[in-house]
This record gives sequence, structure tokens and C-alpha cells, in this order.
Amino acid sequence: MTEPHETGARPLRVVVDLNRCQGYAQCCYAAPEQFEMRGHEILFYDPTPPSEKQAEIARAAQACPVRAISFDTGAKA
Amino acid sequence: MSADRGVVVVGASLAGLRGAEALRRGGYAGPLTLVGDEPYQPYDRPPLSKHVLAGELRPDATALPHLVDLDATWRLGQPAVGLDRAARMLRLADGSALPYEKLLIATGARARSWPVTEKTGPLPSGIHTLRSRDDAAALRAALAAGPKRVLIVGAGLIGCEAASCCRDLGLAVTLADPNPTPLARILGSRIGGVIVSCLDTAGVDFRPGTHVDAFEADAAGRVCRARLKQGAAIETDCVIVALGATRDTGWLAEAGLMADEGGLTCDVACRALDADGQPAPGIYAAGDVARTPNPLHVGRLAAFEHWGNAVAQAGHAARNMLAAEDDQQEYRHLPAFWSSQFGINIKGVGLADGADTVAVMQGSRASRRFLAVYGREGRTIAAISFDQARWLPAYAERIEAGVAFPPILGATDQSIKDFGVPDFPQPRSR
Repeated sequence: MTEPHETGARPLRVVVDLNRCQGYAQCCYAAPEQFEMRGHEILFYDPTPPSEKQAEIARAAQACPVRAISFDTGAKA
Repeated sequence: MSADRGVVVVGASLAGLRGAEALRRGGYAGPLTLVGDEPYQPYDRPPLSKHVLAGELRPDATALPHLVDLDATWRLGQPAVGLDRAARMLRLADGSALPYEKLLIATGARARSWPVTEKTGPLPSGIHTLRSRDDAAALRAALAAGPKRVLIVGAGLIGCEAASCCRDLGLAVTLADPNPTPLARILGSRIGGVIVSCLDTAGVDFRPGTHVDAFEADAAGRVCRARLKQGAAIETDCVIVALGATRDTGWLAEAGLMADEGGLTCDVACRALDADGQPAPGIYAAGDVARTPNPLHVGRLAAFEHWGNAVAQAGHAARNMLAAEDDQQEYRHLPAFWSSQFGINIKGVGLADGADTVAVMQGSRASRRFLAVYGREGRTIAAISFDQARWLPAYAERIEAGVAFPPILGATDQSIKDFGVPDFPQPRSR
């Protein structure tokens, strides 16, 4: 069962720290198909966006005033 | 640190992953192994009881991003079954032994299952818990099959989120709890009463003061009825047992550490304590499993099942794992959680239980949009927001500073007319 090391590229993955999130909704403007506000301040987001959305996700992370969005591109460093 | 043994992280969930990343960020370049009992890479739990149940996200969409290139060895689907501290060896279920120089224990917790005894016999099928990715996948499949009535036992955060999802799916739902309102233990019934009105609007059959005694099966062995202690019964073909979690410490039974189903006791530096109360050399803990003293709650040991605590404590433990013996820093953390249910974003900071007063500072309970603060003996100890999250950080700062209750008087949009006893249930007998 041992997998010696991580291998290959992983897909694009996103997580939002919803303790930090204050519902400013800047991510929803930067990447409208990936982030959505529901009700007054519930954020729904796609944690596995298609890889062509990477630039949008990066813009959303940059736009967040409380820096709540983290993502990884699957690329090996 | 010895080069060949390296660091082993037991538990491949949020705390384990973020702890491993913090070790690499902190400059640790030696061997790193992550051990997990589930066959999956670390995943995010909060969506399971919301979007996964609702069918909006696939269970495997919850895999967490890796924020650092870990260059780690993964032993997934391989539970740890024992710990030999003298030999510094972890024993795994397949019989193999894993030597370590330093160990980070992040095995988390498991859903408290319905008790099965000789008298009760085996449980009928159709009774679910909701904690792991597999739990969520199984429950999602059961809900998608269109049960006639879902019975949720326990109106804590998970029970309420599940009730909210079931109503969104158009399913008939009964929510049973021994307390007068949902969320009674964490928020008290004064604030929990707001959820009662949400349940009512959403069409959930809420049964307060209700003790489920046993389940009955039909001829096919499927659950068909829950018998109540009071004698009545509830017809149901799908049950969600949402009675909280027990810490995953069973594998430490022979390890000589201070561990039980309430957690693995640690010191303020996140070092696991041995049976004599001394830090066990090289062993740290973080996340749901770690029961630590908290400088913000003097004299109290607590293990938090909070996302933010898993991240922060794992990072702190990793920092101390790499630091010298005389540079072990204290973990200070203000507990914080969030939940979304019935279209409302609920967020909390601090620990409200034990409060003697709660005051609504902004908004109103009737509008279901408010911020309330909890006080104990004249000090502000916690705050909760229902769709008022932007106010919360200001209160969090005051709670950390231990200011007098009530804090922040004279802000705009504020008049304290609604205050009183929070109305917590009696503590559970242990």
C-alpha cells in the first residue's frame, strides 16, 4: 500500500477559509462561475475548478480583502 | 534530527496536511511520512454536511489543495494501531512498523455511533452517521433515493445542517433532540430559539425534549421506526445519528499517554503528555484529537472540532517540533467556527457555554440577522453572528483581550434591549 512519493500533476484545488471570509464578494466578480453568494453572506464555491480557470481563481484570491482564498494548481514545484 | 527516521504525521486530514506543510515551510528537509486510515488524500469536511448532501458537489471534489510541495511518503488506507514510545515506532494495521524521530498525532475524531449492545442486537440498515467522505457519499445516495421521512437524532450543527439540506431536497424531516432548542449546548436556548423559528418556516418537524430509545427494523432488516423513551414512535426509513464525535485515540490505548475518547491531553506547547503528565519526547498533537489547556480559558482543557483550530494548531505544533527544547512556545487560539443552514451564515468566536448572560448587540433575533455577545462574571467570553459576520472580528479582539461585558457600547445601529440568561442545558454527566 505504500505510495513512494506524490506523483504527477494534481487538478486545480481551491479552499476558502470561511472563518476569515466576510462576504465582501470580490471573488464573485473576479470569477463569477466559481464563487457565488447565497442569501446575505453564505459563500458557495467550486473547490475543483477546471484548469483553464486558473487565472480567474488567481484574480479572485488577489481580490479577496481578507485573503481567505487558497489554491493549488497541481503543478509540481 | 536523525536523518533516516524523520517525521511521521498520523492522520491525513486538514490538521495533518497543514502540519506537514508547516514543517516544510519551517525548513524541515528530512523524511516526512503521512499516515491515514482512509484511502483518500486529505479532504475538507465542512462541505460534506452541506453541498455534498445537497448533491451540488461530488464527495471527491472535497480534496484539499496542497499549499506546499510536500515531497512526502503517503501511507493511506493504513490505520495506525499502536505506538511504542521506547522504540519510537508506530505500528500500522498491515503489521508494518514505522520508525520516527518526531511524531505529530492528528488522528481527529469519529462520529459517535448509535450504541449497540447484546440487548439491542445489530442495528437495522438505513442508519447513518455523517463525518467522513464515505459517510457523506452513503448518506447522499440514501437521500437521493427519496426516503419517506428522514429522522435526524441530535440538533447540533451537523444535525441542523443536514435538516436544512433535506428540506432543500424536498424530503420530510423530523429532528429530535433532548434539549428545548437546537444548538442548545453551544449557543444556549435563548439564541437556539432562532433556529426553532427557521425549522418551523422550513417545515421541519422539530421534536424538543425527545429521547430516542431504539430503532425497529422491517422484515428486510431496514429501519422503519424509532421508539421514543416517552413511549411514542416516529415512522422513518432513513436515520441520521448526529450525536457528536469521539476522539480517535483507541490506537493509543497501550501507549502510556494521557488519552481517552475526549482527546489526547497536551501541554500549552502542543506536546502530548504521558501518564505522569510529562511531555512525551518528540510527540506532538494537533486538531480535533488534541485536548489542550488554553490561556483564554484558564483551568479548562478543551479539544476543538474546528477547522480554524486544525490549521492553526497544526502550524503551531510543527513550529515547536522544529524548535529547541527551551523555545517551545505556547499555543494561544481563540476558538472560531461557522455553519450555514436555512440560508443563514452563522459564525461564532470564543466559547459561549458557561456564559451567564447573552446580549443582542446589533440587529434582532426576530429578523434572524443579529450579533450577540456572551458574558460570564462581567467578562466578554464569546460572540455569535447570524448574517452579521463583518462585526465579528471587532468582538473577537475584545474577547481575546478579556474586556468587560458588555463590550463596544455606543456603536451605530445599536441599542441593547435584548439581553438575558443564555439558557444552557445542564452539563452531561460523564
